[in-house]
Amino acid sequence: MAYELMSGSQAAAVAVQRVGVDLVAAYPITPQTAIVETLANFEGRGELGGEFVSVESEYAALACSYGAAAAGARVFTATASHGLAYMHEMIHWCSGARVPIVMVNVNRTIGAPWSLDPDQGDSLSQRDTGWMQIYCSGAQEVLDTVMQAFLLSEELLLPCMVVFDGFYISHTYEAVDVPDLEKARAFIGPPTFAAQVQPEKPANIHALITGDMQADLVRSRHKTMLRAPAVFKEINQRFAETFGRSYGVIDSVMPPGTKRVIFAAGATAETVRWTLPELEETGMVQLRMFRPFPREDICNLFEAHDIEQVVVVDRNCSTGMGGILAQELQAAIYGMEKPPAVKDLILAGGIDLTPDMLIRAMTETASVDKVEQKWGVDLR
Amino acid sequence: MRIEELNQESEMLNPGHNACPGCGAALAVRYLTRALGPNLAIVLTASCWSIIAGMPPLTALKCPILHCPFPSAGSVGSGVRRGLNAKGQHDTTVVVLAGDGGTFDIGLQALSGAAQRNEDYLFVCYDNEAYMNTGMQTSSATPFGARTNTAPYPLFKEGQKKDIMQIMAAHGIPYAATATVAFPEDMEKKLKKAQEIRGFRFMHILSPCPPGWGTDSSDTIHLSRLAVNTGFFPLYEIVNGVSWKMTCQPEGKRTPLKEYLQNQRRFKQMEDIRIEALQEEVDHDWEALLEKIEATKCSD
Repeated sequence: MAYELMSGSQAAAVAVQRVGVDLVAAYPITPQTAIVETLANFEGRGELGGEFVSVESEYAALACSYGAAAAGARVFTATASHGLAYMHEMIHWCSGARVPIVMVNVNRTIGAPWSLDPDQGDSLSQRDTGWMQIYCSGAQEVLDTVMQAFLLSEELLLPCMVVFDGFYISHTYEAVDVPDLEKARAFIGPPTFAAQVQPEKPANIHALITGDMQADLVRSRHKTMLRAPAVFKEINQRFAETFGRSYGVIDSVMPPGTKRVIFAAGATAETVRWTLPELEETGMVQLRMFRPFPREDICNLFEAHDIEQVVVVDRNCSTGMGGILAQELQAAIYGMEKPPAVKDLILAGGIDLTPDMLIRAMTETASVDKVEQKWGVDLR
Repeated sequence: MRIEELNQESEMLNPGHNACPGCGAALAVRYLTRALGPNLAIVLTASCWSIIAGMPPLTALKCPILHCPFPSAGSVGSGVRRGLNAKGQHDTTVVVLAGDGGTFDIGLQALSGAAQRNEDYLFVCYDNEAYMNTGMQTSSATPFGARTNTAPYPLFKEGQKKDIMQIMAAHGIPYAATATVAFPEDMEKKLKKAQEIRGFRFMHILSPCPPGWGTDSSDTIHLSRLAVNTGFFPLYEIVNGVSWKMTCQPEGKRTPLKEYLQNQRRFKQMEDIRIEALQEEVDHDWEALLEKIEATKCSD
């Protein structure tokens, strides 16, 4: 055990260093900068184990990562908010190209106007790009998940985004159990996926194809991603045997008699966890894996506990529809024999969720069945 | 060069590709791959060559081609180079291939970033002076006075063609050169020279486009030669951004620009006053180039 005090961003960088990557191409953006700086410091001390390159934009960071991964290298990059939006074309391209890439996104509201709070809309609006997405609620979870994401991404040949909230996670210091370097590198092992670019092999890689050919590729990618929960569970089992910690695609707390649950992803899940003892007959589900959406795990849990109501904490809002996690959840539970009612607590703008706000929201939500959406700002 | 002098064994362009008849870009890449192959990896951005390369599993070249999105070429090249290095493949020549759109316009930021970092690869721009793959729309490489489908008659391209070579020279990169398909020996010499240099290298290749320029497919070489002999597209190289050298002088006096313009449909309705304006621009650029070359000689 080697506990160190570090921020969520530092934990992400330490995980990358523990894994050992060939290339980090990155561009700074608040609140992700500490990740880039920490990795550059590793490079400066000769401890990164690979190359660090400062590129001219987020788009370039992901484009450079794509090129290196296509050549068979293990790569990492990190961004936030506008940076992620700027990458959008490359985000699609990388999943279509089936290159393994691990990227951290630190949630931050996208403007206009300029804003710094951790709205999840940046990463959630990349929902349909073919990337896996895992949300973390604390620095330890960040470190462990980033490490595991490399194995997941390389096994499925799909890029993986590890997401956490700006400031509440990225800038908050916690005691983190840092795995021993040799033990970590032995656990992860060198990359074993095949390079797409092999100089001795002529190939027309990701060239123009027909719609029918594309349809086959999209189906194959979809089916591959549906394997992610099982692969992730297997990775966590091995991780637990080596490091003594593990995580699920969802993590739940179900006190006896639970009839309603609070459903959250990222830092708000931690607030929910600590507030739970104040609430009666209430459990919680922390959604960790958002893509693929762990429909089966969620439905099985709700069925096993006869859950009647779910209050979703959505630190985001899809204008014209509402909270994105609530929409996803409703689609996932459609078809259950007795699907729970879904209420949505919207913290758009990345506003903070305090225990008081949550308690008030839960009290009011319990009594007013018809209110489907509640705005966090009204509870301040 | 006579056809029997070509080394057929080093040919990297497969028989059968999707280029139009008389395509300067197909010829340019044929010369390029033959000069630099066989240990070669090409990064290819959206351009005519995205089509020329063919549909998988078929391929027009005997080396890997990694396709990439339009603005990304310069950055993907950086990644492939570093990725191959990580895999111990330092000897592979990495070439990023882009059209004028992917170089002068949407790809300029990535190109500049890679050049500034002195990434170890060769960036080749085959310039057909408009978005030809999408059907001839104006780019910032389109010359003054030309008509395109986004500048149809009575409109014309206003403003000068962007001087990409000066931009690259300003980055102080180890090597930059111009070339065109009518002068394959000159092109090959530059490519082989570039291959021996480490760091960022840039080649600007003028590639006539029969359907876009509105010329006969048999005129490609003739036009390419006229572009050089009029001084519209001089053949030169720049070492370290400061050392300028002409590599292929027009024979005798420069040919009047009108001879280059007159048989191209894109300049068909170009008024004399604009032809004169373009001639003046070419003369001015020619003198400026000679001054740089003279200054280089003086400092040697």
